[in-house]
Formats: sequence, structure tokens, C-alpha cells
Amino acid sequence: MSTLTLTNVKKTYDGNITAVHDFSLSIHDGEFVVFVGPSGCGKSTTLRMIAGLEEITAGSIEIGGRRVNDVHPKDRDIAMVFQNYALYPHMSVYKNMAFGLMLRKMPRADIRKRVEAAAHTLGLHELLERKPKALSGGQRQRVALGRAIVREPKVFLFDEPLSNLDAKLRVTTRTELKNLHQRLKTTTVYVTHDQEEAMTLGDRIVVMSAGHIQQVDTPLNIYRKPINRFVAAFLGSPPMNFLNGTLHEETGGTGLVFDFADAPPLRMRDEDRVHLQPHVGRAMVMGFRPSAMSETPVGRYAGRGNALRLRTEVVEPLGDLIDVSCTTPKGQHVIARVTARPDFPVARDIEFHLDMDHVHIFEPGEFGRNVLRA
Amino acid sequence: MTEPRSKPSPLPKAAIFVGLVLLGFTFVVPFLWQILISLSSLTDVDLLTQTGYPPVVKPENYPQVFEKVDFARYFFNSFFVAGWVTLLQVITSSMAAYAFSRVRWPGRDRVFLLYLATLMIPGVVLMVPNFAVTLALGLFNNYWGLIIPGAFTAYGTFLLRQFMLTIPTSLDEAASIDGAGHWRIFTQVVLPLTRPGLIVLAIFSFLGNYNSFFWPLILTKDDNLRTLPIGLLAFDSTYGRETPLIMAASLMAMIPPVILFLCLQKYLVKGIQIGAVKG
Ligand SMILES: Nc1ncnc2c1ncn2[C@@H]1O[C@H](COP(=O)(O)OP(=O)(O)OP(=O)(O)O)[C@@H](O)[C@H]1O
Ligand SMILES: [Mg+2]
Repeated sequence: MSTLTLTNVKKTYDGNITAVHDFSLSIHDGEFVVFVGPSGCGKSTTLRMIAGLEEITAGSIEIGGRRVNDVHPKDRDIAMVFQNYALYPHMSVYKNMAFGLMLRKMPRADIRKRVEAAAHTLGLHELLERKPKALSGGQRQRVALGRAIVREPKVFLFDEPLSNLDAKLRVTTRTELKNLHQRLKTTTVYVTHDQEEAMTLGDRIVVMSAGHIQQVDTPLNIYRKPINRFVAAFLGSPPMNFLNGTLHEETGGTGLVFDFADAPPLRMRDEDRVHLQPHVGRAMVMGFRPSAMSETPVGRYAGRGNALRLRTEVVEPLGDLIDVSCTTPKGQHVIARVTARPDFPVARDIEFHLDMDHVHIFEPGEFGRNVLRA
Repeated sequence: MTEPRSKPSPLPKAAIFVGLVLLGFTFVVPFLWQILISLSSLTDVDLLTQTGYPPVVKPENYPQVFEKVDFARYFFNSFFVAGWVTLLQVITSSMAAYAFSRVRWPGRDRVFLLYLATLMIPGVVLMVPNFAVTLALGLFNNYWGLIIPGAFTAYGTFLLRQFMLTIPTSLDEAASIDGAGHWRIFTQVVLPLTRPGLIVLAIFSFLGNYNSFFWPLILTKDDNLRTLPIGLLAFDSTYGRETPLIMAASLMAMIPPVILFLCLQKYLVKGIQIGAVKG
């Protein structure tokens, strides 16, 4: 167990492709941190720099307070689980797990004890003599996990370890991983592009895009207070709704309204005025999650200009809830997640209510800042 | 039951079978002929074309080969030289292949291209300079001269490099995180997984060197350094008229490669397939 600190880490491949820019992050002892972001944003590269598999172009990495920039992977005391598991095909499951310990010259009896304990935890004890070829995908994944556990390293590194499993196994293994971490309390960095994995596993989530950190925070804070439109759009399913419009003074009132031109304007909360004032008269983007909508009046501002009249198009039942795809009169797309009821009208104009406590205002552009994030 | 039928071949199976048998026959007949001659007496050789079998069977032709020349020595020399060359080639090629496929160093791929380019130069062109160098190193007319120049092969390096490229690099990475340096990654991870390639190279290398003719011919002077092909040549020039003895000698020389091939053909086919499918 150990802390892990990255300071201004940068990676440039072959002199021109910069995969990671100025990455700084401090991970506490025992923390589970998830890197998430779209394909190619530099998650794996960062992880591999921590492992020592890639040289870092600039900056520094410290594991447990020791600067490891020039330390060989084998001397960093980390363990890594690869996306393709990287099991040694010519070695038995036992040998796969024991290999790292043998190389570290641990006495045979101790190796056996550790491997058997790990095999027991992971339900592998009956497979120890098999070769990886004779295992199912899920079993291979466990062996890869076992190989990391037996080493009892300072830091676990995972690179999309669940992405080769089927959906059901992915969910159960995710839970087991979480259990395992709660028991072992080993500092962990976990890379995924699955936002659900990120939300469920991480103590903190690092959202990345194009080699930059966008936001680092707890899953709940990232979900509730996204720092910009990119983060807001990346996490959450179905994704956050965005409406283009303009901020105005309320006509005949004291508040500010968000006018998206093709429907009655929405009235913003009074306490947000200080944050919104500088943007009055500018084109902005309103964002709200599908679950912030409802058919019945909600929130403190119910009935005070928070109604959205939308045309329903498609209804997707989810059980207790339904996702309704709608459009504004001028064709902006909105998804509402509301309580299910039989015969939900399709191709009709319906009035939804928006909980103004869960509304964000972004500056325009893909990375537009969330001006309401206190 | 409802196994999908492969598309009907234009020829009926029987015709293909007959064709293959005939083809096989053309390979086997000269071989049988050689056996027959090797078992007959010199005077009967001409008769064989009429009778098809030797009137008097003379198995003593075989021991006679050993009496007339130091055939056992040639055998030993061939095995000794081919064995060492093979061993050294497998070692040097696999190490070079590792360096060319798994280790990152500046200019690696350019150097490899240069290395490969040597394959384009016909062996005959290299014969004289090689000979001069070997001479200068004082390796003329001894085993070292037969073995060392053959110990390195661009072809083998290429073959094994292609094999190694099919092994995922994440295995090396996992091993290096597990605590292995290059030497251990090479010996404990990469080499075991390259085994089919090593066997293919070993077979090619052994057969090639066992049969090699020109290099041992120009490099040896003493009779007791001669390898089988040279020995056979010498035998032929001295006892050239004694066809049955020549046949017996060359038959015996053929036995080791045939056995080798029969034992290892499984790997040979597998190795070639792996190279083809994964490459
Ligand atoms: N060896 C390399 N040489 C050159 N560029 C590379 C190399 N490895 C990665 N890159 C580039 O660096 C960027 C980041 O790659 P990286 O593998 O870290 O992405 P990622 O976030 O892990 O994506 P994914 O979710 O697809 O795995 C990409 O643009 C990629 O093309
Ligand atoms: Mg990746």
C-alpha cells in the first residue's frame, strides 16, 4: 500500500504525437481511482507510464514517496492486469501466479501458501494445473487478477480488465473487484471507457479527454457538478440533455430566464443570478439530466416557469421508468426519464416539468465551462 | 448428418487418388532402383535393366564401403559439423530475433533491413570473401572453419523474428512487471513460445549443413575432416566404376535426414502453418 503522485507528467510519442499533457494527480494510500474517457484520450498511456512500460517525456512519478521516473517496472513494486490478461500460455495457472514470486526468490513453501490463498479467494483452486488455453474468459480474467494479488504490490494497475467479458460477467466481476479492494485496501488505478464501471468502482474518477484531465472528483460530484459540458455529456446514461439558447432578464419580473427561442423561456433560480449575470445576453447551453424531468410539477420552482412543452416520439420502457425521446418545436432533441404509466402518449405534445435545482448552464462549445458549478 | 457438403471437386476422388499414387511412384522408383543396385554385384548391374532384380544379392557391399574409405569418419564429421552449426544458429538467430523484435533501440528496423539485404546476395558471390576471411583467421582446414562461418544466419533470424512478432508484447510487459529482465523474458517467456519456430529452423539448418558441399570442399584438405558429401565425391572419383558401392554409400548417407524428417515432420508442418496463419 502506498501513495501515488503524478506531477506535470507528459508523454510525447516519436517526437510529435503528444498523448498526455501535463497530468498532475495525487492518489492517497488505499484509494481506488478510475481513469475514464473516450478512446485515445491517453488513459492507457498514463497507466503504462505509472507501470514504467513507457518512458515519461516530462514531469515525475512518485510511488510511496519515491521518485520512480527511471526505475525499471520490476523494481516499482506494482502489479498490472492487462486487457488481454497477458497470461503466459506455456505455464500452468499455478505457475502463472507464482512466476513473479519465483523471480523474487521467495521460498517455495511461501509461494505455495500465497498462490493457494489467492486461488481460494478467486475460486481457482481446481484449475491450478490447467494451461490458460483450457480456461474460459472469466477464469482467465481471474488468473490475471490472482497473479496481481499474490504479489501484494504497493499499487494495482488495471487496464480495462473487464472489457473482454460478457455483460453479465462484467457486472458480477465488478462487484467482486470492489469487494476485493475493500478487503485488501491496495492503492488502485483502474482504466476504463465504461462510465458505469467508473461510477460504481471509483473512490474518485479522473475524466480525461485528448490527453488532458477534465475533472477529478468523487463519482457523485462528477455526476452532479460536472465542470464542463464534456464531462457532463460523458457520464450518465442516457446522456445529459443540452438545449441551445440565450440568457435574458425576465420580462415583467425580477429573475433571469433561459430562452431557447422555440418555447416559453425557463426561469432560472434567483440564487444563481450572481453566476449568470456576466453571461446575460449571450448564447449559452442549458444542460439537465433526463431524470430531472417529470410529468408532475417538481422542485422548489414548480409552477414558476419551469414547464417544457415537447413532442413525444419514442418511448422505451425500463420497468418502473420510461425513457421518452422528444423534440422541441424547433427540433432540439430531449430525452425524459419519467415514471412509467400505461399508454404513454406518443406523437403528442406533452408538458414536462424541469427541476431547476438540477439544471446547469454551460458556455458554448464542446468544453464549455459549467458556470453554475459553485 | 446435415454436414454441409464441400463443393464438388471437378475430379472424382478416385482419379485424384490414382494421380497421387502415380506421382508417389515416380518418387519411389528411383529410390528402389538405387536399393536394387546397391545390393547387386558390379557385373550384374547391367543385367538389372532386363531382370528387374539382382541374380545374386550382395549385402556385403555396405560393409565394403566402410573398408574402402573412412566412411564412419565422414559420418561423424557431417554430424559433428551440422550439429554444432545447427545449435549455434538456433542460439544466435533466436537472440538476434529477440533483439530485432522485442527490444526497442534506435535504428533497429533499419539495421534489420540491412541484415535482411544480405539474403539478396547469392552465396557464390560471398564464397571468395568468406574464404579469404576464414583463411586470414587461421581457420582453414579445421573444424572451426567449417562451423563458425555457418553459425550465423540472416534467414534464421528473419524466420524467428517473424515468429516472435506473433507473440503479444503484453507478455513481455507482464513478465517485466513480474520481475523479469531481458534475459529471463527471453529464456522463460519468448523462447518457449517460439519452440515451433526453433524446431523448423533446426531442421532446415541441420539438413542444409548435413548436405552442404561447396564450403567444406574448399575449406578442407585432410581426409579426416571430410564430411559425407565430400567423402562421397572422393569415393566416386576413386571407385567411380563401382556403381553398387556408390549407391550403398549414398543410401546410407540419406538415412539420417530421412529419419530426422520422419520424426519431426509434425513440427515442420505445424511450424510452417503457424508462421503462415499468424504472420
Ligand atoms: N506506441 C505509440 N506510438 C505512437 N502513438 C501512440 C502509441 N501508443 C498510443 N499512442 C497514441 O496516444 C494516444 C493515447 O493512446 P492510449 O492508448 O493511451 O489511449 P486510451 O485512452 O487508452 O484509449 P483506449 O480507450 O482506446 O484504450 C492515441 O492517440 C494513440 O494513438
Ligand atoms: Mg487503452
